[in-house]
Amino acid sequence: MKVLVAVKRVIDYNVKIRVKPDHSDVDLTNVKMAMNPFCEIAVEEAVRLKERGVATEVVAVTVGPKAAQEQLRTALALGADRAIHVETDERVESLGAAKALAKLVEEEQPGMVILGKQAIDTDNNQTGQMLAALTGLPQGTFASAVDVDGEKVQVTREIDGGLQTVELTLPAIVTTDLRLNEPRYAKLPDIMKAKKKPLDVKSPADLGVEVASKVKLLKVEPPAERQGGVKVGSVDELVDKLKNEAKVIS
Amino acid sequence: MIDYQAPMRDMQFILGELAGLPDVAALPHCEDASPDLVAAILEEAGKFATGVLAPINRQGDLEGCRLKGERVIVPDAWQSAYDQFREAGWLGLSLPPEFGGQGLPKLVSTPVWEMWFSSNMAFTMLPQLNVGQAEALLIAASEEQKATWLAKIVSGEWAATMNLTEPQAGSDLAATRMRAEPTEEGDYRLYGQKIYISYGEHELTPNIVHLVLARLPDAPEGVKGLSLFLVPKYRLDADGNPGEKNDVHCISIEHKMGIHGSPTCTLSFGDTEGAVGYLVGEPHQGLKIMFIMMNEARFGVGVQGVALGERAYQSALDYAQERVQGRNIVSGEAGQPILYHPDVKRMLVGMRARLLAMRTFLYTAAGWFDIAHHHPDTEVADKHRRYVDLLMPVAKGWCTEVGNELCDEAIQVFGGMGFVEETGVAQLFRDARIITIYEGTTGIQANDLLGRKILREKGATLHELLDDMRAVARVVREDSRLADLAVGLEEMLEGLAATTGWLLAQGKEQTAALYGGAVPLLYQLGTVVGGWQLVRAAQAAQRQLDHGEGDPDYLDSVIALARFYMASVAPEAASHARAVREGGQVLAQFPETGL
Repeated sequence: MKVLVAVKRVIDYNVKIRVKPDHSDVDLTNVKMAMNPFCEIAVEEAVRLKERGVATEVVAVTVGPKAAQEQLRTALALGADRAIHVETDERVESLGAAKALAKLVEEEQPGMVILGKQAIDTDNNQTGQMLAALTGLPQGTFASAVDVDGEKVQVTREIDGGLQTVELTLPAIVTTDLRLNEPRYAKLPDIMKAKKKPLDVKSPADLGVEVASKVKLLKVEPPAERQGGVKVGSVDELVDKLKNEAKVIS
Repeated sequence: MIDYQAPMRDMQFILGELAGLPDVAALPHCEDASPDLVAAILEEAGKFATGVLAPINRQGDLEGCRLKGERVIVPDAWQSAYDQFREAGWLGLSLPPEFGGQGLPKLVSTPVWEMWFSSNMAFTMLPQLNVGQAEALLIAASEEQKATWLAKIVSGEWAATMNLTEPQAGSDLAATRMRAEPTEEGDYRLYGQKIYISYGEHELTPNIVHLVLARLPDAPEGVKGLSLFLVPKYRLDADGNPGEKNDVHCISIEHKMGIHGSPTCTLSFGDTEGAVGYLVGEPHQGLKIMFIMMNEARFGVGVQGVALGERAYQSALDYAQERVQGRNIVSGEAGQPILYHPDVKRMLVGMRARLLAMRTFLYTAAGWFDIAHHHPDTEVADKHRRYVDLLMPVAKGWCTEVGNELCDEAIQVFGGMGFVEETGVAQLFRDARIITIYEGTTGIQANDLLGRKILREKGATLHELLDDMRAVARVVREDSRLADLAVGLEEMLEGLAATTGWLLAQGKEQTAALYGGAVPLLYQLGTVVGGWQLVRAAQAAQRQLDHGEGDPDYLDSVIALARFYMASVAPEAASHARAVREGGQVLAQFPETGL
């Protein structure tokens, strides 16, 4: 079984986010970028499937600017066999990415597509679901366990009320939650080898899709600065403040 | 303590703009070091340092090591960290591919080792020993010995140690007494005791390979009579696997001020039948082999200076940004973090300036090693070898002393909380204290600099270096925006030229005075070299700014750091110069009985 795994280049989770002075977007100039942590989990799961003999080939895919090849190289260093880069300088959002991925699913005919449940930049949590809709494949989102058995996959999903297990017929779309696995560190010889693994570059036009966003970004604002707290003298005063000042209880 | 984050921006800036990564990558055998691959390696190493090594640093300090009979128990977390480190292949980074390494240039391995030392110094001494031993075996071992031992040392399957010191033979190895007696089978039996053996005993690996300096029965007196032996903890069976226990025993471990996670052992060889050992290289050439490795070893310790200083700086900065205390001296506003107090800011900016100076110097020197080893033009290679020879005592002596200063100053930023162990900054101070001592104390480095590196060759390489530094000052002077930096550098260079002239003019009767000023001389040269490197850094930053490349805030800060160094650190060069010329004289006259 071939596994397609989608990765996204996002702002590194350690970086303190700054907004551009004109509020047009998050400021990404000279900011450290990295693979989206949920995508790291997706790559890890795909590589583990290969190590268990379930998957035969792992193909890492990204849709984004030239620099996103760094994240594909990371996926290759972690164990993906080859990579496909759909190169675009457009601002890609969930639907554009899902359309490009749907075309690649058509071309590559994978048995499973694994994606992060969301990317930590805009937290949309949409691409996997949209990809399932566009391809007509079954989906198991927010996976905390993935068990492939012949033509079926059981996906344990993290839902509000606890865990839900669904059985899907392959090929299927799986999106990863935080507790699915703990991604490994890349090994030095694999980092060296990753350089020599095949990386195909395509344009959205090659795939016959339009990835540009139809959503207009109006304004980005940083969250309000946290105000200092106050000490209250008694429980009564606290209740009074919660009722009358904060108005969070009635 | 805050998490360690590799200072990737400085590393990338220095590699790309100052230490000549593109030039090194163009050398034969260094072709793999392309910018994108180097970036990927640094990135992954940074993740490993932050995610695996840094979090267990304090635990290692608290737990320390214990001796149970002859067994040495290292901190609990070490086994898993070592297995991950070994499996990830980091040991082989700079070692030759024919023995399982990746053969990357020193310029690439240097920032990576800096990360390991920053994140966990006590742990990192273990893999560092493997690299040192692999280098020794590459120089001197027979093909058969290489085939048997080297691949396992490069992979880290077996651990390594270096056994030089004995109770009466510390800095002076001439006093070595360990005996090696030839046997009829063609190997040797070793008898004696070695002290201060880092990782001399542990159970992290199925075997430990000791390299031991000892005397053959017919050996001449002194350092010319030392031979090098390989003594395994377990002798190998017919299949090459660890078999019978050799006659080497750990009889005690030291209780130390720092690096608690690294066991410092006393090893007793040959208590009963003699420890079986194999001669490495020719008889009586042991010290020569050690000397070939000396520049590399000193360089590695210099990197520890910048590494510990970096972690101390990161901790201090984090604390200074969080800790709210006092009123703003300008606005009178309360509730601001202490970073806004001018003196706390002074300490942090000063730390950052010295870190950038040391790091630029060390990475640039790493590039010299690569050029010296690989450059096809022997003249170019020779010049860089001369620079390595001249400046390694400075890289070791100056960067470790400054590294200690930075750890000390970080505690000052923390105030009372720095003196309290739980912040972790005190551990860095304790861990750093050894680095000015081992691999040759600062005094030994200074004597080497003065005697072997300057006086013996009548200052030839130092004059060559002075000319190169003057050339930088001349170019920078042409740029009105940086001309003040050129003035500062030129002033330091004049002072250094004057010191050099004075040193060379002194006769034999002045020997005591000269050596009495050796350490101030090392400080003076270090301070000048640091200034030279920061001026180069400012020059590169200005060039990037002019081309609209890079992050302007960062590049402006580099220029400002060079300026702050010129204003606050560079003036010390003149006081060191005075101590060289005048302090030594007074010392020479001072009666030892007057103490």
